[in-house]
Order: sequence, then C-alpha cells, then structure tokens
Amino acid sequence: MMQTRIGYGSTKAQVSLCYNQEVPRRFHRFFIIVIPDAWLLYHKVEIQVLWEEVYPCLMRYGHFYSFMTSDDRLSNHQVIINLRSMNNILSFDKVSGILVCEAGCILENLISFLDNEGFIMPLDLGAKGSCQIGGNVSTNAGGLRLIRYGSLHGSVLGLEAVLANGTVLDMLGTLRKDNTGYDLKHLFIGSEGSLGIVTKVSILTPPKLSSVNLAFLACKDYTSCQKLLSAAKTKLGEILSAFEFLDINAMDLVLKHLDGLRDPLPSSKHNFYILIETTGSTESHDKEKLEAFLLQSIESGLLTDGVLAQDINQASAFWRIREGIPEALMKAGAVYKYDLSLPPEKMYDLVEEMRGCLGAEANVVAYGHLGDGNLHLNISTRQYDDSILTKIEPFVYEWTSKHRGSISAEHGLGLMKANKIHYSKSLETVQLMADIKKLLDPNGILNPYKVLPTSVLPQRGEEEPKKEA
Amino acid sequence: MGHLGWTDLWCVLIRPPNKASRLCTETASMRIMVAIKRVIDYAVKIRVKPDKSGVETSNVKMSMNPFCEIALEEALRIKESGRASEVVAVSVGPAQCVDTLRTGLAMGADRAIHVEFPGTLYPLSIAKILKALVDAEKPGLLLLGKQAIDDDCNQTGQMIAGLLKWPQGTFASKVVLDEENKVATVDREVDGGLETLCLDLPAVITTDLRLNQPRYASLPNIMKAKSKVIKKLTPQDLNIEIRSDLEVVQVTDPPKRKAGVILSSVDELIDKLKNEARVL
Repeated sequence: MMQTRIGYGSTKAQVSLCYNQEVPRRFHRFFIIVIPDAWLLYHKVEIQVLWEEVYPCLMRYGHFYSFMTSDDRLSNHQVIINLRSMNNILSFDKVSGILVCEAGCILENLISFLDNEGFIMPLDLGAKGSCQIGGNVSTNAGGLRLIRYGSLHGSVLGLEAVLANGTVLDMLGTLRKDNTGYDLKHLFIGSEGSLGIVTKVSILTPPKLSSVNLAFLACKDYTSCQKLLSAAKTKLGEILSAFEFLDINAMDLVLKHLDGLRDPLPSSKHNFYILIETTGSTESHDKEKLEAFLLQSIESGLLTDGVLAQDINQASAFWRIREGIPEALMKAGAVYKYDLSLPPEKMYDLVEEMRGCLGAEANVVAYGHLGDGNLHLNISTRQYDDSILTKIEPFVYEWTSKHRGSISAEHGLGLMKANKIHYSKSLETVQLMADIKKLLDPNGILNPYKVLPTSVLPQRGEEEPKKEA
Repeated sequence: MGHLGWTDLWCVLIRPPNKASRLCTETASMRIMVAIKRVIDYAVKIRVKPDKSGVETSNVKMSMNPFCEIALEEALRIKESGRASEVVAVSVGPAQCVDTLRTGLAMGADRAIHVEFPGTLYPLSIAKILKALVDAEKPGLLLLGKQAIDDDCNQTGQMIAGLLKWPQGTFASKVVLDEENKVATVDREVDGGLETLCLDLPAVITTDLRLNQPRYASLPNIMKAKSKVIKKLTPQDLNIEIRSDLEVVQVTDPPKRKAGVILSSVDELIDKLKNEARVL
C-alpha cells in the first residue's frame, strides 16, 4: 500500500479494480485520493477508478500518445485523475465569442453548444467525440483547422490550474489583451499535465460562417502539392480553412479497411491527394473564388483532377477519407507512428528514404497537415518487429534533427519520446525546462517520466526511475 | 364476312418495315428530362422561425434534393449507355435555383431550364409547369426524385403522370430500358418488398434511394458546365397561373421526447399501462 499526496488535507479511499485481460500491461492497485476540501466544495470531482475506465481515462485527459505509444512504463503506485464530471459550461459571451468552461467538457459537446449560438471551436480533430478540452489544452492539440485559427496558444485566453502542492492558480482571464507580468498560462498549454492540472479554460471562439466548400484534388508529384499550397494561400487567402494531404498508400489503405467509402477520383490512380476547405460568409463569392482557383490550377498543370463537394454529405465523405487513416492503419496490423514538423520542401524526401530503406518489409504511409508543415509518417507492418524498428529509429529522429524539424509536431513527448527531446531542443533549453519542473513539482508527482528526459529529472526518493529498455 | 382472300394478304405485306429498326433510331435520339429541386441541405439542423410561419431558410446551406440527384444520375447513366441523346435538367423556383442547375450541369446534364417563381410552390403547380415543359420539349422519359426532403409530399411525379396521361413507376430501385419494345422495366420498392412493372414509354419514373449512387461533380465537368445553357422562363411564358388551394397556417417543432421512466416493480408497470397509457 502506498501513499501519494497531491496536495494537503487529503483523504484516501481504496477501490478494488477489475482487470481487463486484453490489456497486456502490468497493473497495480490504484487508490483514490480526494483533492483538498476547498476545491471539492465547488468542483465535485468524481474520481472513479475502474480499469476499463483508467485506460481511456489517460487518453481522454489528453495523454493519449504518452500512454498509447509507449512500452509499458506504468510503474507502481500511480493515481489517474479523470475530470469527466467537471463538464459544465460556465459562461459564454455572444458578443466577444469567449467561452469559459470546465476542463472535462468533451470537445464535440462544446462544438454543439456553440453551434446553437452561431460560433465554432477554433480546433477540430478526429477524436472530438471523446477528448476533453482540458486535455486538448494540456497537449496543445493541433487539428485540422490550425492553418486558419492558429494554435491554442493563441485561442486560449486564460485557464485555471491546480499545482502539485494543491494551490489553485486562477489565471482564468477573459481578456484579449493583458500584458501584466509573465503570461504563465503558456507554460501549462502543451505541458502534458506535468506542471499542473488544468481545471478550467477560457477560449476565444470564432463565429460560425455559413459558406463551407470542400475540394478533393489530385496531384502528380509532391512539388505540385507544395506549389498548390502557395497558390492556395495567395489566391484563396482569407477563406482558406484547411489544407491536408495524403499519399496513394494512405488512400489505398483507407479504401481497403473502412466500409462505406468510395474513391472520389476513381478514373485513375493518383500519387497525391489534397483536401482544400474554404470557410467564408458569402456562398457565391467563395464558390466563385474556389472554382476559379481550381480551374486555373488544372490549366497550369498543378492539379491532374479533382471534385468539388456539392452538399454536406459529400463533404463529410471526403473528410472521412482523411480522418479515417489512423483507424485504417490500426486495422491493417502493427503501426509505427511518427508526427514530425519539417520544412515543407523536404517533407516527402523523408518518406521516400524510408520506403527505400524498408522496401517490401513495410508499407510506408504518409499524410498530414501540409498547410502547417506537419507530416504524419506511419509505417505499417503485419506485426511489431524489432528489426524493423531499428531501421526506423533513430534514423527518423536524426533526419528530422538534421533539418531542424520537430520530432513531435502536435502529439507531444509523453513517455515514449521524453528521452528523445534533445533531437529538437538544445541542452540549455531542456535544463531550464527541468528547473521549472522542479520549481512547480518538486516531488515529481505529476505525470512522472513524461515530457522531460530522465537525465535532467530529479531522482525520486522511493524508487529508481526506470531505465529505458 | 368472307374468308381471308389474296387481297387481304397483299395488305399485310405492304405494312411498314420492321418495328424494331424504326424505334431503334427513335430511342437513340430520346431526350430525358429530369426535374430537380433546391432544398435545405440534408445535413443541416432545421430551425423553425419564431413566428411559426415556416422554417429558417436564410443563411442556411441549400443543395439539390438527394432524390433528384439520384434521378439525374440515372438519366446520365442511361445516356452514357447510348439509349438517350440528351439530358435536360429543369427546376422551378427563385433565382438561386440556378446554382442547383449548375450542379446538375456539372454532373453532366446537357442543358437546363429554369422557370423562375419567387413565391411558394406546391406539387400541383409544379406538375402543371412540368407538363407545359414536357409538351414543348417532348422527352421520352421524365425522371424525378420520389419526394423532396423539405415537404416530403411525394406527389409531383404522380400528378404529372396523371396530367400527361403517361404511365408511372414510382419508388424505382432499378430501371432497365428495353430499346426494342420501347418499354421500361421498373423495380419498385413497396412496403411488402419489390414490385416489377413494365411501362410503355414515354413514362414518368420517380427514384428511390437504392437506385444508384450519384457521381461527384468533377472539375473538368464544372469547367464544361460554364458554357452550357440555362434557359430562363416564367410561369406566364408557359401560360400557367400559379395558385393554390392550400395555405400553411402554422409550423411547429415536434414535441420534445420525454425521458423514459424507470419503474420499480411489475405492479407499477401494470398500473401505468392501465391508467396512464390506457392500453390495458
């Protein structure tokens, strides 16, 4: 039996848990710790710890990748906190579009609420049906519309966080501009819960614009894709709201493994597919602009073919193709996932090198937010195989580092990539991060072993930090 | 009367040439007319106006009625198989109907006709207008969606068939044209299953969901559509007076579904069934 304190004045209660036999991880008993009374009074935190819910719980709070893609690093004695019952919308200002809500609100519910008010959330991702906004903020989630609405560092106006010692830090401002002192909320955004637990969020939401158009396009090579992106930014300008790409391997995989989808461009095979979405206030103006741009691109040879969605159902079908790739990859077998930020002109070179290196052993699938310079490189194989892994790592990280890219564009570091941080950040920077972590969480109780490498983290008194396998 | 003599035999021999070969040329030049309607997009959440006079249509995404899309797709497939020479898309409604017709042209229709009328239109008025268009254009086949998703009337196809005195095959899930007999074999989706009808052409066919999956509007076709003609007419041009004997008095939301009730015993269930639901 072990005691872990998060804050003072805690009461503990033991809950016996059921094993989920399918989950092949070592499992130890968890204890519920009740957070300090003052907070309990107005937070009603329900800490229900069942194994089936523990697993997705970590996911929902946003530590998805730190848990899912790691080997078993769950050491003894961890408490998992699921904020799903803190799901109230606290206020919404229709004039400014500022939404204040608790961290456990599910993104899709927020989107529906805002829909009634004539606004939208500034981020949108495939997991919207289950992810909580607290997790999105803690992991600085990117999503499909970053190219238009920017990252959460820009949209989040304030947050309330609970520190490791129980202090409730109220930075829940609703002001667009506030230059009074250091803007600490940015530390918590993207810290993956390792500096504090985000409990409330205030977000600036954009108005919902009525005219949305979506085109599914084909290009013959990667250079055309890049030129298309520059042209789109210039010609479509303010109405461009998404620019995604997928290659032919991704397309084939999705059509093979997912039901109810058909190829929008069945007449021939294309090497690259691009999704361009525009959002604006005047249907006729946007459609005209988009059509003119697309027709010009075909004439100049940037595009080989394309279709334009004529109604919302067709648009959803096109999005399903792009958003369904992760699901299709899971169905195809084992997958090694890499989320990289690279200079746009170099992005596909990496994919081709990996293909050359792995040959017939693996299916190298590439897709991503081309508009943000973010590549999702996925290597799909029948089974997990260490010999394949050694060919991929550290080659992928070194390649990315050489081109001054990021080894984790939006997915974060978590457990799996914590010790790889030096590929993208200098020693001095990492050391300063560790100093900040020690300041805010001296006992290292918040998400241990995640985000920062073991070389800079303090040794925990009770146990040795796990050596990397 | 006398028995059949040599003179009667001569009459038989002078009959016009083979029926099939004459009709082959006729079906190859057959024109198909497709009526399409501009409606609120299927995926939009409908809101009733505060004054209960109708639903909110301003600033709401409008698209081609899904069943009309299926009808147009079927017409295009028939044309692509060589059985028709031209597909004409027609629509009746306000100025913005032109957008929907442009989509139809982008899918592959050859030309379009827009009968402009900004007011409320009911199926009988549409049927009368379509009859005037059919009389002018003389198509061999008139395709429509089985119903529009905004009013769910499911009347226009049947009414126009009546006005034209043409055979009708409604809720079609399969359409096969037989060139030689100038007949359409239509599988209809009915409550009990499938019913197969043979219709002499010209005929009216209304389409159901399972007939086909409409194609997407490709960029090359969108480009071609820009040079296709949309003819503009008004009901007066067709000598039709739009009037209706129907008036919409009020539109309200359906009552909100009440939450279910969890009962604690069978006795309570029987009591509720007897006294509240009154089914026992």
